[in-house]
Order: sequence, then C-alpha cells, then structure tokens
Amino acid sequence: MIKAILVFNNHGKPRLSKFYQYYNEEIQQQIIKETFQLVSKRDDNVCNFLEGGSLIGGSDYKLIYRHYATLYFVFCVDSSESELGILDLIQVFVETLDKCFENVCELDLIFHVDKVHYILNELVMGGMVLETNMTEIITRIDDQNKLEKQEAGLAAAPARAVSAVKNMNLPQQIKDIKLPDLPAAIKDLKF
Amino acid sequence: MALRKVKGNLERMFDKNLTDLVRGIRNNKETEAKYIAQCMEEIKTELRQDNLAVKANAVAKLTYLQMLGYDISWAGFNIIEVMSSSKFTYKRIGYLSASQCFHQDTEVLMLTTNMIRKDLNSHNMYDAGTALTGLACFISGDLARDLANDVMTLLTSTKPYLRKKAVLLLYKIFLKFPEALRPAFPRLKEKLEDPDPGVQSAAVNVICELARKNPKNYLSLAPIFFKLMTTSTNNWMLIKIIKLFGALTPLEPRLGKKLIEPLTNLIHSTSAMSLLYECINTVIAVLISISSGMPNHNASIQLCVQKLRILIEDSDQNLKYLGLLAMSKILKTHPKSVQAHKDLVLQCLDDKDESIRLRALDLLYGMVSKKTVMEIVRRLMTHMDRAEGTMYRDELLQKIILICSQNNYQFISNFEWYISVLVELCRMEGTQHGSLIANQLMDVAIRVIAVREFTVGQMALLLDNAHVIVGPAAARSSIAEVLYAAAWICGEFSQLLANPKATLESMVRGKVISLPGHIQATYVHNMLKLYTHIIATAEEEEDSEMVDEVTNLLVERLPVFVSSGDLEVQERASCILQIVNYVQKCHKNGEKIGADLALLLSGELNPVAPKAQKKVPIPDGLDLDAWINDPPSESEADDYDEEGEKADIFVKAESSSRERKKEKYEPTEDELQKLRDARRAEQASNPYYVKSLSQSSPRPNHNNIQVDEIPVAALDLNVSLKIPGMTSLDKYQVVDGWEVGKKRHPKKQKKRSKRRGRVSSSSEEEVPQSHVVNTDVGEMPEGANFSDDNEPDDRPEDDPHRALDINLDEPLAPNEVLPTRTHYEVRSKPSEENTTSNLIGETPSKKKSSKKVKREKHKKHEKTKKKKEVQSEDKPQESLILDLIDPLQGVSVSSEEAPANANHVNGVLETEGESKEAPSDDLAFWLSTDSTNVATKVAEKDSGLEKSTNNAASPAPEISDKPESKTKKKSKDKDKKPKKEKEKEKKKHDKKSKKKGKGETEAKDISSRNRADYEETNGVCEEVEEEPVIPQPPPYCRLLAEDSAIKLVYSTTAMDGMMSHVVVNITFSNLSSKDITKLELSLPDSSALKIIRTDLDSDMLNLPWTLAPGQSQDSQVSFTTEDDTIPHKLRGTLYYSQDGGTTNELLIRLEFPVTCFLSGKTASRSTFTDLLGSGQLCARSSFTVPECQLSFPQVLEALARDGSLAVVESVDQTASLYGRSLRGHHVCLLVKYQVSRRLTIDGKSTEGTLLSNALDHLRTILSQAKSSS
Repeated sequence: MIKAILVFNNHGKPRLSKFYQYYNEEIQQQIIKETFQLVSKRDDNVCNFLEGGSLIGGSDYKLIYRHYATLYFVFCVDSSESELGILDLIQVFVETLDKCFENVCELDLIFHVDKVHYILNELVMGGMVLETNMTEIITRIDDQNKLEKQEAGLAAAPARAVSAVKNMNLPQQIKDIKLPDLPAAIKDLKF
Repeated sequence: MALRKVKGNLERMFDKNLTDLVRGIRNNKETEAKYIAQCMEEIKTELRQDNLAVKANAVAKLTYLQMLGYDISWAGFNIIEVMSSSKFTYKRIGYLSASQCFHQDTEVLMLTTNMIRKDLNSHNMYDAGTALTGLACFISGDLARDLANDVMTLLTSTKPYLRKKAVLLLYKIFLKFPEALRPAFPRLKEKLEDPDPGVQSAAVNVICELARKNPKNYLSLAPIFFKLMTTSTNNWMLIKIIKLFGALTPLEPRLGKKLIEPLTNLIHSTSAMSLLYECINTVIAVLISISSGMPNHNASIQLCVQKLRILIEDSDQNLKYLGLLAMSKILKTHPKSVQAHKDLVLQCLDDKDESIRLRALDLLYGMVSKKTVMEIVRRLMTHMDRAEGTMYRDELLQKIILICSQNNYQFISNFEWYISVLVELCRMEGTQHGSLIANQLMDVAIRVIAVREFTVGQMALLLDNAHVIVGPAAARSSIAEVLYAAAWICGEFSQLLANPKATLESMVRGKVISLPGHIQATYVHNMLKLYTHIIATAEEEEDSEMVDEVTNLLVERLPVFVSSGDLEVQERASCILQIVNYVQKCHKNGEKIGADLALLLSGELNPVAPKAQKKVPIPDGLDLDAWINDPPSESEADDYDEEGEKADIFVKAESSSRERKKEKYEPTEDELQKLRDARRAEQASNPYYVKSLSQSSPRPNHNNIQVDEIPVAALDLNVSLKIPGMTSLDKYQVVDGWEVGKKRHPKKQKKRSKRRGRVSSSSEEEVPQSHVVNTDVGEMPEGANFSDDNEPDDRPEDDPHRALDINLDEPLAPNEVLPTRTHYEVRSKPSEENTTSNLIGETPSKKKSSKKVKREKHKKHEKTKKKKEVQSEDKPQESLILDLIDPLQGVSVSSEEAPANANHVNGVLETEGESKEAPSDDLAFWLSTDSTNVATKVAEKDSGLEKSTNNAASPAPEISDKPESKTKKKSKDKDKKPKKEKEKEKKKHDKKSKKKGKGETEAKDISSRNRADYEETNGVCEEVEEEPVIPQPPPYCRLLAEDSAIKLVYSTTAMDGMMSHVVVNITFSNLSSKDITKLELSLPDSSALKIIRTDLDSDMLNLPWTLAPGQSQDSQVSFTTEDDTIPHKLRGTLYYSQDGGTTNELLIRLEFPVTCFLSGKTASRSTFTDLLGSGQLCARSSFTVPECQLSFPQVLEALARDGSLAVVESVDQTASLYGRSLRGHHVCLLVKYQVSRRLTIDGKSTEGTLLSNALDHLRTILSQAKSSS
C-alpha cells in the first residue's frame, strides 16, 4: 500500500499532497515539512530509499523518492510494495506529466494541481497501484479531457478569453525541467 | 431565465478562478495569510450562490488551499453539492475535493450514499470511475455496507477500466466492512483469471494485501498463483505474486520446495532488477521456512548471496541498499554465508549514504563473534564521534548495545571493557537511549557478579561527575537516566564502594534537584542505603566523628528533597529524614543503632521472571470482579472530588505538609516494618529486579575485595568531555592486552597476543570468558510454567486486518450475502437531471442495444438447448432456472461431482465436516506432486483441485467453475483428449441423474435442487450497467375517471435509482365541445403514499393549461411510498370548469397495485441467475391457470406490460421474468405454458407479502385479459 504521495519543490513548498490515510491538515503540513527535511539534506547520488519519518509510518514504512530539477516526488509505502517498482512508478508518473503538459515544469504543477491529481488518480487508487501502462493512462486522461471540453462547449469561450487576457501579464513561462537521463540500472526495469 | 444565466456566466468570468488564486498567493508572498483569509471570504460568498459552476470553482480553490494546510471540512456540504452535479467537469472537482478532505468519520458522508450509487451506475464510464476513485479515499463503514453490492456489480462490467477500479475498491470495502469478504471472495478470485491484464493485476494486488495480514487464510490459493507465476509476463504482477509467496511459505514449507525451482529460473532469466530482487527475497523466505539439512539448498543460498553481492557492489546506491536489506534476512538463518562477505559490509559502513550505513549496521549484528566484537564496537564508536545528526548516532548507540547484549552477552568476554563502553556512551550528547544504557549498566552489575565491584567504582565516578553528564544540552535527551542506574548501583552495592562517604557527598551535592522526579527518588532512597552502610561501618570502627559528619550532612541536605514538588521524592525524603533524626537521637544517647538500621535493607534480591506477575494463579474463591465494598453512589463520587482538591492543597502547602509528616513519621517498629514493606514493594515494581539475581548468588562478601584490584586510570583533565577517573576504552585496544584479563588468565595471554594480528579472521576459536553471566530465568509463582503460550495478537486493537482474519475455505452459509439496499434512501425533490422526461428520452437508445443482446441471447439459447439435449431428457422444461445456471456451472460435470450434489440435495450440513478439511487436502495434493515439468502439470493439478473443491462443496462451485469452463472452451481446439473425457463424464453424470430422477419424485427433486443451488452460490448483483437493458414496454393505461366532459386515463412507471418513486402519468382528454380550464387536482397524501410536491403548502395541483375540445394533455405526478409490498389506493378530486363557467368536481381513485412499484429495467441474465443462487429469495408462491385463453407470447406481453416485469429469458414455452421493487425487493417469476393451455407461474421473492400481492394482481390481469380477448 502507498500511504502518501507528496510533491514539493527544493524549498519545501508543497506542489501536490495526497494522503491515502487520514491525517488532519495540521499533521499533513508537519509530515510534508518533516519529509522535506529528511529528503532535502540527502545528496543526489545517495540511494532513493529512506526509513520513514517519525510522523508518517513507522518501521514498516519507507520513503521512496526521486528528485527532478526543482521538484521532489516522494512516495511513502509499506513493505508490500517493491522498492524498485515504486521508483519505476514515480518515473511513469513524471513521464506521464511530461506528456500531458508537454515538457512539464514546476509552473505546470503550480497552476494545474487539479490536473496533476487527475493524472495521479489514473495511476494510483486509494493507495494501490492501478495502472502502470503509460499509453493506457494517457488514453484515459485524454478521454476525460475531451469530455470536459465537450461539456464546456461554447459557454466556456468567453471565460477562456478572459483568462487568456489575465494570463498575459504572466512572466514568460520558463520550461526548465528536463527529465534527466535515468540511471542505467533503472532503465532495465521495463514493465 | 436564459438572460439570468448569461448574466451569471458573465459575472462568473470575473470571479477568481484557481489560476488567479495561485497567482494571487504568489504575488502576495509577504501577506499570504491575509490574502488567503480574504480569498476564503470570497469563496464563502461564492458557495452561497445557486450557480453550480460558481460553486465548483469555489470548491476547486478550496482544494488548493487544503494542500496549503487550511481546514476546509466546513465546506463539506458544498462539496457534496458539486459532486452531485450532472456535469463530469464539476463532478470531478467535487470528488477530488472530497477525496482530499473527507475521511471515514466525516458526518456529511451519510448524505452521499445514493448519489454515489447513482454515479457508480452511471452510463458515463468516467463518472463511475471518478466515483470509484473518490470512494477509495473516503469510504466509511456505512458506505462500504451500502455500496458493496453496487461495486460487486461493477466487477462484471464490460469495461476493464471499471472492473479494475472496482476490484481495487473491494479491498477498502473489506477493511471497513469485513462481513463482505466472504460473500465477495469467490468473485474476487474469479478476477484473477480476468482476460484483461490490468484487472488481473488489480485482483492480485488486493489478494496480496489481504494475504499479507492473514496469510493462512489464503494458502489454498497457492495453486492459482503458482500458475499465474509460471505463465504471466507482467512484471508488476509477478512481483506481487512473488511477494505473496514470501508471506505464504512460512506457513507451508512444502510450498517453498515447489517454488525454489521456478524462482531460481526467474533469477537466472529476468533482466528486471526489481523482479530479480523480489525473487531473491522470496527464495530467502523459502530457505528460512525449510528446515536445514537439505544439501541441495546450499546452492540456492549461494546463488542468492552471490547475486546480492553483485547488487551491493553495484554503483547504483539503490541496489546497494536493497542488497544489504536482503542480506540481513539471510543473516538470521545462514549467518555463515553472510559472514564471508564481512569485508563488503564493513566497507558499506563507511558509505556516504546514511540509509546504506544503517542497513550495514543491521548486518553487523550478525557478524560479531567473540573475536571481533571489540574491533567492531571500536569502529562503531569512532563512527559515532564523527556522525552528524542525532538520529544516526542514536541508531549506532542502540546497535552497539544490541550487538553486545545479544544472547545474554554471548560475545562479551571482558565485561570491564563492556562497562567502559557503556560509560563512554554516556558522553553521547542528546541521546534518547539513556534508559537503554541505564538498563544495561544495572543488568550487568546485577548479573555479572565478578564485574560488580568495577562497575560500582565506575558508577561512583559517574555520580561524582554528574554535572558533566547532565549539562545544559541534557534537557532534550534522556541521558540523565544513567544517573538513576548509577545511584541505584552505588546504593545497592554500597559495601563495594571505595569511599562511601565521598559518594554520599556527591549524591547530595549539586543540581540533583533539577533531575526528573523518579531519579531524585532513587537518589534519596539510595542515600539511605549508603548512610546505613556508613553508620554500620563507622560504629564498628568506633568512628563517631564520621557518624556525626554523615548524619549532619543528611540532616542539612534532606530538607531540600522534602520540599520537592514530586510526591515520591517528598515522601521518601521525609521518611528518611525521620530515620536520620532518630539515629542522631540514639547516638546522642550513646546507643549503637547501625546493626538495627542495616536490618532495614537486609535481605536478598531474588529475581522475578518476566510475566511472573501475570502468572500468579488466582486463589480459589477469589472473585476479582466482585465489589469489595458496595459500589459508590453518585454523591460519594462528589466527596472524592472534594478530597482530591484537598490533596492538591496538601501538595502545594509544603511547609504544613512537612509538619504533618514530622508528626506522622515516628520511627516506631511499625513504621520500620512499613518501610521494609515499602522497600519490598519498590523492589517488586522496579523493572530492574525482574531478570536479575539468582537465589544461588549471595551478596558478595566485601571483605574479599582487594582495593588495589580496582583499576585506577590516569586523570585527564584537559579533555573537557571526558570524565576524570573514568576508565578509558583505549586501554582495551591500544594498550597491550587487558589488564584484568592478564591477571586472571596469565597462561592464555601469549596465545591471545599471537592472535591479535588477525582479529578479523573468521575462525571461531573460543576466547576465554572471564566472567560468568547469571542467566537464570527468575522466580515464578508455583504451578505456573514459563511458556509463551499466551502471546497476544500483537496487532493493535484498531487494526482493521484483525477483523479480516476470516476463513475463506468454509462454504458460505445461506445468510452470508451482501446486504441489499433496503429502507435507506434520501427523499428529496427530483433534481433536474432526474426528471422523468429525460429517462423516457433515453429509452430508444437502450432499445437499440438491447436488440443486439437479444441476438446474442438467441445464440446462447441454442447452446443451452443443445446442452439440454445432452442432459437428461425426461425433464424437458420442468425447471428453466436450473438450466439457466447450468452453463455457468461448467461444461464438465465430473463424475465425482454428482454424489456431492446429491449430498447437497439432502442438506448442506452433512458435508460440512468434510469441507473444512477439503481445502488443505487440495493443497496437500497439489504440493505432494513433484514440481518437475511444471507447466504441464499445473494444468492437471488445477483441474484436480477444482474437482475436489466441487467435491467438498467449497464456496460456490458455480463461481469457481466459471473460469474453468471458459478456459476449457478455449483449450478445446488445442487438445481433444480432455474433451472426450469431458463427454464421458457428462454421460456418466446423465446416467446418475436419471437414476436419481427415478428414485425421487420430480417435485421434490426440483425444490431440493433449487435450494441446493441457491445455497451454493452467492453474490448478489442488482444492476449491471454495461449489460444491455430489457426494453420496458409502454405502460398499461387504466381508466381513472370519466364524466361527460372529461376522461382521465393513467399509467404508472416505477423509477428506482437515486430517488425511488412512482411516476403516474395522467392523460386528460376533453370529450366535450367546450374548452376546459382551471384544472386542479386535489390529492391528499395517504399514510403510506406521498406525492412529491413542488409546492409544499398545498394539497392542490394546478394544471395551468387549457384543454381544447378533443385535445389530450399529459400531467405527471410522482409518488413515494413507505411500503411497496401492499397495494395502495388514493382518492382525490379533480376540479375543472368549462368555458370559465361553474366549477365541476370529479372524484378520482388512483389504484396502485404492487406491480406498479416493480421495475424490470435492471434485469439481466447474469444478475438473475446470481440472485437465484444467492439464497435471498426465501418467499415462494405460485398459481395455475388451468385453461389459459391467451397464447404464450400474449401472456408474456401482459405480464411485462401490466405487471411491470421484464422478461429475462424465454425458451420455448417457458420464460423467466424479473422485477425489482422501489425498495430493492426482488421478484422472480417462472412462467410455464403447456400444450394443454395450462399456465403455471412460480414466484420467488425476497418479500413474501410483495410476492403474494403481486401474484394476486397478475392473476387478475390474466383473467381480465382472458375475458377481453
């Protein structure tokens, strides 16, 4: 089981938090903070597994994370999950994001956290891995986006125009995240 | 209206959307909290608006704020509103928000049941998908119970996407509603062989989760998983399966043997590291479970260790980490294989990665030997000095102690060294393991008598330097606990102290008062011990000066403790102060009291075994639950409170309490006795007494101790943290040899110095042990034996998996079914999307799809027909229901099955004893065969298994057979031999059933077999969204009222779903030549029937139109009912006027036969058979029409139209029909039409009254139809 999925940036700002076990908001923030402290002090060339923090987990739980440019993707899992499998799942998640947002960067996650949630929901459901096949995942997401567009129809057009105007004063969006090449060992994990 | 909508849209454009909110927060970094508070206000106003789009926008923003840590649970109701939107876009926003902030205790969840049910059954796959995903996050016990059935229905969906999600959701349902596990399990098992790999994988996932917590219940699934493992190529699934086997093997060693070979093959063949790693892990689990002495398994161990070494040596830190992790598992059973790689482990200890160092530490635990323990501990200590971060240091400390203390200090040959290590560890800053060190110190001091004296010396030094240990940094650590041990050891073994007076002085001096209460208490108590010892010695030596000095010291210092805030300290201090005062008095009188005083503390410390307290037998006649006094009344409780207050005052007013205590504590003989008792009580409650001293070890006589044997280390005052006078560890490593050991084992010294050069060699030569560890178990009460028989389940009480420890192999009892939804609904106005017109509009599309199905069904009919021909011909059409089930039961009916079935006929109970053993027998059979030639044998075994499961009436043969039949159909072309066998079996079966048919009366046969059928099967599904729906014929119109001017005709339609109600469509026809206006309908509610009104205040329904001559108009009224099992009538009046003239009245009488509450919309073949098999249909009834005027199709039409029933299946002159009432009761009918025009209708239902009323009504319909035709 996956207990929680957290995404935060290099400064510990949460970009996505999904808890599959209930914690109230205050503890959620503490968990994010603690996890950030645990993860951020680690070098990039150390292993991606971490014994769980004091707030989340216990002996049976592990933090499995990956660091992409400005973002940390952290999964808190118990012993029924395969460590390398989860690493691969994170990779699938990020690659899916990359496909859906066309060269994903932190800003995409900042402004479209809801979409990120919907994508995540196609990978993981209630703490259990739902789908790992990227084509299938993307098909499902595209289908749902189409559905959304259909429903919006004409009524959304003026709204879109307004938001386009609003977007104009946004600083040029920087697409700075490039997925680093995977370590050779992980590449072997073809699922 | 339209204008308003447009306006709303325009306004909405300028509302903040999520992007604006995020941007705003980013632009207001300094005043974020203020900005968000302002946004919250905006959101609150937005939520108050009626426009759902605005609400959805607000909820989307709330979801974002929730991530930032803001509580949004107050908006729960609004979230539900958004969830209930008909638009997918909004629905998704609502569900996302709900999944982020709802949890099982959220109260508004109880409002959602019907809404979620509607979504689950939605036509839009993604609506259902969103609902499933959301539900997985916030499902509660109630939701799980109420929706279990709907989720089960989705398991049979045609869309893999939904099946997959439904399967995963089942796990959550089981956690919240354990009763669902048994009835749902056969279905879940079936999904293991689902054609879609994703669904298969999900099912494996769920079963793995279940089995991980309660593995023994899932052993019987091993063959299926084994087959999957050897055939599947999906690595995700393989990993799960292999992990599952890892959990199962400890329970069944034979399984392990079977697994070794395929796993080894996988290890050799796979290129995926994750799979390789899991294989190794499971092989290790297997090897652990298999008892040793199997030479060929050494190869497997070697293979694992080799592969792990490759992992550990890999440059990828992840693989290194996992390699070490797996290695530590091997360590437990095969330490030697791991010890060969000690170099590697030690190397990892220096890794820059903390996670890897920690794993390496775990391994070290098993690598120590008597030879290496010192070296390893030294390395760890140097690590500790270098380590930054208390977490890792604490971990190191714990590991050092663990390594040294394992197996009763098995590897410690020099305890003085160990004590020094412990003392050294006390210097650790900010450690949380103070009590661990204290525990060790006391343990060693008590159990290793030879080293006790040394320990006491060290402890005295420790006490003397307490200020160093308890520095300013000590506030956050627990290192002060060490002083507890030091004080206790010095006090208890005071006769071993070199200078008791100095120790006493160091105890009363300094900042003792700042220590935690329990440590102070120990201090105070042990002061008494020391004092007693000093007085006794001084008296012997006639050293009155010493006596005075010590007494004065205590009299002077003890009052500090007497005024302590800690009650325990206070009490002990005042008690001891009195004793000291008394001693002082005696000494003034010239009496010697030392010997008497020593009596206070005399006596041996006998060890008490762990658990001894629990095992004390309760004496006869003692009832622990009985009241000793009468139970206190309410008023007495008040008194207690008052006393409590008094006690508070008492503690605070210290001066007065001291006076009181002074009066109280006269050191009489009684008091002394009490003190002794108190001391014993303290000993009893002191955990450190528990393991300790054996009876055989009397206190060592201190006369034997020679002072010069106590090692005195050089003072090193320059090093700030070092405690002067403490022995340094260097002595044991850097300096040549061990001082004490040298003295005691002079002969062996040479040997040791020779060996020192190759300390790390793995030779296990015996290192001489200089100390004996007392390892007695301890005292136990008489008659109690020291066993672990009463180990409790170590899972916490609230762990949901406790409840899931359910035997799944037992056959299902008839009452074990998922609850159907009954009497649980939300009554509300029909919402926009739920109006009848919409629903009616949908039917044409349904019809199209249903045509297809009919065609398909025709094919199926032909198949069934063929089968029927093969089967016994002497019962041509007696029971269609049975035939319907048959195809599910599998083509192959093995010869063994027939007698088993016969058993069922005679009662399920008889076979129960057999069945309990059956699963394990299957497994035994499967396990007993050789694993060579795996692929071919698996199939055989599987069929063998299934045969015997049938034999043993394991849960629902119908279900377990289904996949079998499927696979067999597939394999038909491939191998013909099994086919032939099958045919043979069939023939056999036919013969037997013929015989049976002769032996018993036909009627009995039917009923009993029917019963058997529904006792065997299980799982109820009500609605299968994906399965095409039987078209509803146009409803039957009845005359409501008629006069010269107007005619009213009505028809009823049952609408189940979210709001279950009956829609009555009344057609008004103008028969006159004038306009009819001002139509008003007055329909007062009856007790059981209520109109869903738009206008709540009035009984009147205004019909706003004018009826032109010859024209007809429709009007619809919806009714809900409390009781749908009996027919209802409703009287009302219609008011109308012709051409604006006088108002006319017309009495109307609406009749609601029970069938109008039925709806056949949801009928499908599979749900129907499931229902029949579930055993829910306990009510049965039937009637016969001897000479029916109608033809068979006409009968069916009448039943379908007037009776609101759907034809599920119709073969020849037999048909089965189905209808479900608004409240979820099922009605199933079997209609048989014989050549002699004799019509028999057999009914089964979950509700007896409903059934009989329905049949009565149908009979009338048929007879009316007869007369009319």
